Amino acid sequence: MIRLLLLALTRFLVGGQGLWIGCAPVARQRIYFANHTSHLDTILMWAALPPALRARAHPVAAADYWGTGVLRRHVALRVLNAVLIDRKGEQRDAGNPLAPLFATLADGDSLILFPEGTRGAERIPGPFKSGLYHLAREYPDVELVPVYLDNLRQALPKGSLLPVPISCAVRFGEPLALGPDEDKADFLTRARDAVIALS
Amino acid sequence: MDTRMWWLFGGVAGLLLLASVTGVVLSYRVTTEAGRETVANLKARIKAWWVMVALFALAFAFGKVVTLVMFALVSFYCLREFLSLTPARPSDHGAIAAAFYLFIPLQYFLVGVEWVSMLTIAIPVYAFLLLPVLSVLRGETDDFLLRASKIQWGLMLTVFCISHAPALLILEFEDYDSAFLLFFLVTVVQLSDVLQYVFGKLYGKRKIAPGVSPSKTVEGFVGGGLAATVVGALLWWITPFSFLGAAALSFVIVISGFLGGLVLSAVKRSLGAKDWGTMIAGHGGALDRMDSVTFAAPVFFHFVRYFHT
Repeated sequence: MIRLLLLALTRFLVGGQGLWIGCAPVARQRIYFANHTSHLDTILMWAALPPALRARAHPVAAADYWGTGVLRRHVALRVLNAVLIDRKGEQRDAGNPLAPLFATLADGDSLILFPEGTRGAERIPGPFKSGLYHLAREYPDVELVPVYLDNLRQALPKGSLLPVPISCAVRFGEPLALGPDEDKADFLTRARDAVIALS
Repeated sequence: MDTRMWWLFGGVAGLLLLASVTGVVLSYRVTTEAGRETVANLKARIKAWWVMVALFALAFAFGKVVTLVMFALVSFYCLREFLSLTPARPSDHGAIAAAFYLFIPLQYFLVGVEWVSMLTIAIPVYAFLLLPVLSVLRGETDDFLLRASKIQWGLMLTVFCISHAPALLILEFEDYDSAFLLFFLVTVVQLSDVLQYVFGKLYGKRKIAPGVSPSKTVEGFVGGGLAATVVGALLWWITPFSFLGAAALSFVIVISGFLGGLVLSAVKRSLGAKDWGTMIAGHGGALDRMDSVTFAAPVFFHFVRYFHT
């Protein structure tokens, strides 16, 4: 019910059809990584995947936003199938903050990731955090698909509460893989460039 | 719905059937690559026409409220396309939200309750003044005039102007159902577009404004415009006008529709786009189909109101 409502509302307000430019919407284990400018990003990425793929894709969401509030938590966990991570975990010694993501990949499911770690205000994404690199190194067989989310910062900019109707697009690019002895910084730059190339 | 209305929609369906058959015949006869592309686009356009005519007929069958809701949705999608092409700043978020969530429902509500004096000033006066206020409170002055005018232009064209088409329903005549007036406007304005396209493809040589709209030609405009005026005149029996009156008003619709298409094409190009969107296959966006209506509807509405009520 909430699922259908959310999907209908998303289509009505922002459209957000997926454009598969560099790869096909096939059921493979993948990490979709995208630029991040709006809270709508998570919902739009989820809505852009065909139902069969959507069922096995888990958006990685920040526990400090999506984990708070009864409705938001319900939407994140039950509707979007999100994996919540603790963004401030790196400073603590409570174990690896990426552990829930490794668990998801170990189950054979796909991830939707925003490697900037926070929302930006620009068209071009900011520098990527290292999470994507660690996931790619641990699971080399998982396809890494760059995604560009167009126009969402217009629909719900950082600091606003009410989304407005603006046509948005989700562009899926050509998968890339971590080179055998590729440096972390090089890889993250290359991944970021792949997202920018779709903008 | 009046039985005559069924006949009119039957006539439109007949024309579309003829167009569909022509499309199929043409697709067997074309030989060049460019020709194939044109015919494929033509077929997509005709297919989309079937859907649009069906929706329009449905609105007529259900009456005024459904027609208003349908036009409100058309305004919504047109405004969405318009504002999607005009990058806004976060400071304009409030103004954009007001345009969508306040002024679209308000404008169509005013049409619905037949408050004519207010529906003609709500957006040109109150929205005109309120929207820049919502932006100025955020304190950003960069490109302020440019940003404010984009939202105002969008709201005027896609909501204010388009709402004048269903507003025809509230004009009152003795022994006359004004739904026919709306049918008349939409038929003449869209037929004018279609005939200008057809005449342009068949005989078009001299471009009118190559920088603005490369597909508009003198031959297309004159041939299509005259043909649409003649068809409009021949529809005089569904209007409250005489034969000559219907011809004159059709001419007004054709000219204002043409100018609307031209101006909106220039707006679109100044924003760096070729189509307003991708919503209607073959045509582009919703606003690509409504561009001539934005100019024709308010002009026709006020001409009719001035001369006939």
